Amino acid sequence: MTHAIEFHHVSKKFKGTSYHAVDHVSLDIKEGDFVTILGPSGCGKTTLLKMVNRLYEPNEGRILLFGEDISTVDVVQVRRRIGYVIQQVGLFPHLTIGENIAVVPKLLRWDREIIDARVDELLSMIGLDPAEFKRRYPAQLSGGQQQRVGLARALAADPKIMLLDEPFGAIDAITRTNLQEELLALHRRMAKTFLFVTHDIEEAFRLGDRVIVMNQGKIVQFDTPRNIVLHPMDEFVRSLVASARAKEQFWEQFS
Amino acid sequence: MIDYIVRYHNKLLTATWEHLQLVLVAMAASLIIAAGLTLLCSYSKPAARVVLGLFSMIYSIPSLAMFALLIPVTGLGFTTAVVTLTIYNQYLLLRNFLTGLNEVDKAIVESAAGMGMSTMQILVKIQLPLCKRALVAGIRIALVATVGIATIAASINAGGLGTILFDGLRTMNEAKILWGSLLSALLAIVMDGLLSFVEKRVAPGVPDPR
Repeated sequence: MTHAIEFHHVSKKFKGTSYHAVDHVSLDIKEGDFVTILGPSGCGKTTLLKMVNRLYEPNEGRILLFGEDISTVDVVQVRRRIGYVIQQVGLFPHLTIGENIAVVPKLLRWDREIIDARVDELLSMIGLDPAEFKRRYPAQLSGGQQQRVGLARALAADPKIMLLDEPFGAIDAITRTNLQEELLALHRRMAKTFLFVTHDIEEAFRLGDRVIVMNQGKIVQFDTPRNIVLHPMDEFVRSLVASARAKEQFWEQFS
Repeated sequence: MIDYIVRYHNKLLTATWEHLQLVLVAMAASLIIAAGLTLLCSYSKPAARVVLGLFSMIYSIPSLAMFALLIPVTGLGFTTAVVTLTIYNQYLLLRNFLTGLNEVDKAIVESAAGMGMSTMQILVKIQLPLCKRALVAGIRIALVATVGIATIAASINAGGLGTILFDGLRTMNEAKILWGSLLSALLAIVMDGLLSFVEKRVAPGVPDPR
């Protein structure tokens, strides 16, 4: 069967560096899975993600989306088929919330009525009243609301694959927990493939059906959260799990 | 001095008009070329380095030397002056245009690219609206510089306020020197004020919250 995303021996080395940011990575991601990529800063997780929508080009290897080698498809076309959410949100400050969400449908030349209806639908879905928020500007929204809009904008053209690069990294703890719940609910309803980068082990294990653990450009383990906790592959994964456990114990002492 | 303006106000008006023409034609040409070069530079980083380096080098050539270089090609007069002013402006305009474009938040440009906008779409729909002010500021600097350098164009028979100024210097006529410099300063101040007004009126790109 074809997978949503396949990496075949993918490597990326940035100019002027002596090591591979991503080092011969091969893995398959099933359609509809929520996969999180977990690892410390500089482990190559964001690089791996950005090669999927060709913001970075691999030096070696191939990436297939639903069996199609993305290096053979026009880069702009590849990106329009993929939802992309980043930590800094990156809403366009000179456009209203409605216009922001409508960007990709407009690029795809949808009819105006269809775009309008879609914007309303998405705003309702993320819990922002269209009548109230459609005409506002990003600066008038809280950080959490902005990232909700970022999510809606990425979903606008109904992409089959969503790439999320630490989308909740700059959001306060309470809002983040709410957003995580909403994202999970969204994923359950939509049968889309999510690839979600984070350095927060709790976030990675809570959201991911499967978790890719990365270190120094390599995949250390790619498995369900349960299997990773029960059978850590190596010392690095063990210490990762142990650090999360230690945090738990820290809270225990107060109860 | 008052005598002079009473008697020769026609001459002063003509010189001011010529000066204005020189400045406006040069600015129009400069903007068209700078827009094209900015486009080229936003597609190719190496091209940007080469182009900027080239124009910064040219900018350091004194204007009289530049006239001397161009006279064999474009002759004495208006054309040579416009060409010179246009070439000088490229450095001022390009520098400011490219800086303005680069100052647009990287995250915004990245998400635009990630969503599938082409380089042109990112430029027109995202970067330009967000750096309008920087663009106007660049034009303002170039305009004032052009008014100033245009006085020297009189040395190659291109007319303008420089003619009065140089006449005055040659004949030690204080009234001419004063009127020549006063009017060109006034022209620069008016132009600057005009563009400063435009600069303030241009929305900063991001609407004020609430």
